[in-house]
Amino acid sequence: MTITVIDYKAGNLTSVMKALDALGCAAMVTADPDVVRRATQVILPGVGHFQATQMLEDTGLAAAVSDSIARGVGFLGICVGLQWLFEGSTEAPASKGLSVFSGQCERFAPGVKVPHVGWNEVRVDPQSRLMRGVEDRSFVYYTHSYRAPVVSETVAVTEYSGPFSGAVERGNVMGVQFHPEKSGVAGMRVLKNFVELAC
Amino acid sequence: MLTKRIIACLDVRSGRVVKGVQFVDLVDAGDPAELAKRHAAAGADEVVLLDITATHEGRGTLLETVRRTAKELFIPFTVGGGIRSAEEAAAVFDAGADKVSINSAAIADPDLIDAIGRSFGAQAVIVAIDARRVPNSPVSHAEVFVSGGRTRTGRRVIEWAREAEARGAGEILLTSMDADGTRAGFDCELTAAVSEAVEIPVIASGGAGSAEHFAQVFQAGKAHAALAASIFHFGIADVRALKQELARQGVPVRLPC
Repeated sequence: MTITVIDYKAGNLTSVMKALDALGCAAMVTADPDVVRRATQVILPGVGHFQATQMLEDTGLAAAVSDSIARGVGFLGICVGLQWLFEGSTEAPASKGLSVFSGQCERFAPGVKVPHVGWNEVRVDPQSRLMRGVEDRSFVYYTHSYRAPVVSETVAVTEYSGPFSGAVERGNVMGVQFHPEKSGVAGMRVLKNFVELAC
Repeated sequence: MLTKRIIACLDVRSGRVVKGVQFVDLVDAGDPAELAKRHAAAGADEVVLLDITATHEGRGTLLETVRRTAKELFIPFTVGGGIRSAEEAAAVFDAGADKVSINSAAIADPDLIDAIGRSFGAQAVIVAIDARRVPNSPVSHAEVFVSGGRTRTGRRVIEWAREAEARGAGEILLTSMDADGTRAGFDCELTAAVSEAVEIPVIASGGAGSAEHFAQVFQAGKAHAALAASIFHFGIADVRALKQELARQGVPVRLPC
């Protein structure tokens, strides 16, 4: 089983590839919509600005991801990749998200340091497949200025000037706002759970 | 609750970890890859690798050391020293760094902060500031030094921190050159002044010698993270013991880790 990692020129992919490698998982990087359409499992990493996701729309990658998701392929969005699964973000109102989950991503309310950088706790939904084996109140590593709302599909909640979605899951469509590839043992467990979905 | 980060720092020269007192008198302390792994296992929240001689000797960052160190490190990994252009930063990211720390090069060409931020995101850019207090003057007069503390810039620390933030830096790594290597405590007054001046997180560096010092810089110093090097290498404390002590003093830390 090969994991297809989408390269849309938003930040670096090395850490994610390294983590997949450590899990003994074959992975390939692509920017080709046809490859994504044929993929068996897809990861959309991403750091930086929501605007960068416009590239997915412009290159046909968004349509390819939609097709893959419709086939039931496992999909994991990381950081901005999770935000893109929502309707959009006030960070780049002109760019549309995939609208798998309802709601807009918004900047953290004033009164806290932004970006939210560091290790924060997750409250874990025990039913979640993605978070399976991750203890409630584990710490994971975040670095972001915008956050997704808590929705009915939220499976991990973190508090930072209010609750936000640390992880979401509907069927095989999943997203994590934290960086599993940088979250030590807990993060590697999340990646392993995702990788094993297809096995 | 967002926890205070303890960052293990590896000062590297010629592929080996060294640590000096006030930037001189270097002592060999081991292999970077091995030490990074050991710190992560002991509960460090992040690892920073600083190539401390890169700037003045004109060497590039040690990409091979970075690659080796990053390979089995699954916590955030920052690399600094000798990064002069967005292309050099790209090579460091490609080798496995999550963030780069820029210092002298940012002073020489502040657009570098914007350029790296545009390509890799603001979260990937740390602006490192080596600061020295001006005797008998208020903390706001503290001055920025570059080239491993060898050259004064005439710029004030707080103004430079604000500019770095405005240009898109994700964090400030503030080193007190007065305190560095002394193990007599962080410069809490300076750290608090910078932390209050910017919205982005401030990492305090220089002077760690005891758990009490960390508690002070997180509380009075308003730091979000603190960096230490020699305190760990020579077995004075390991990160887990340090965090347990901090937790006892009411500082939120990642435990168990």
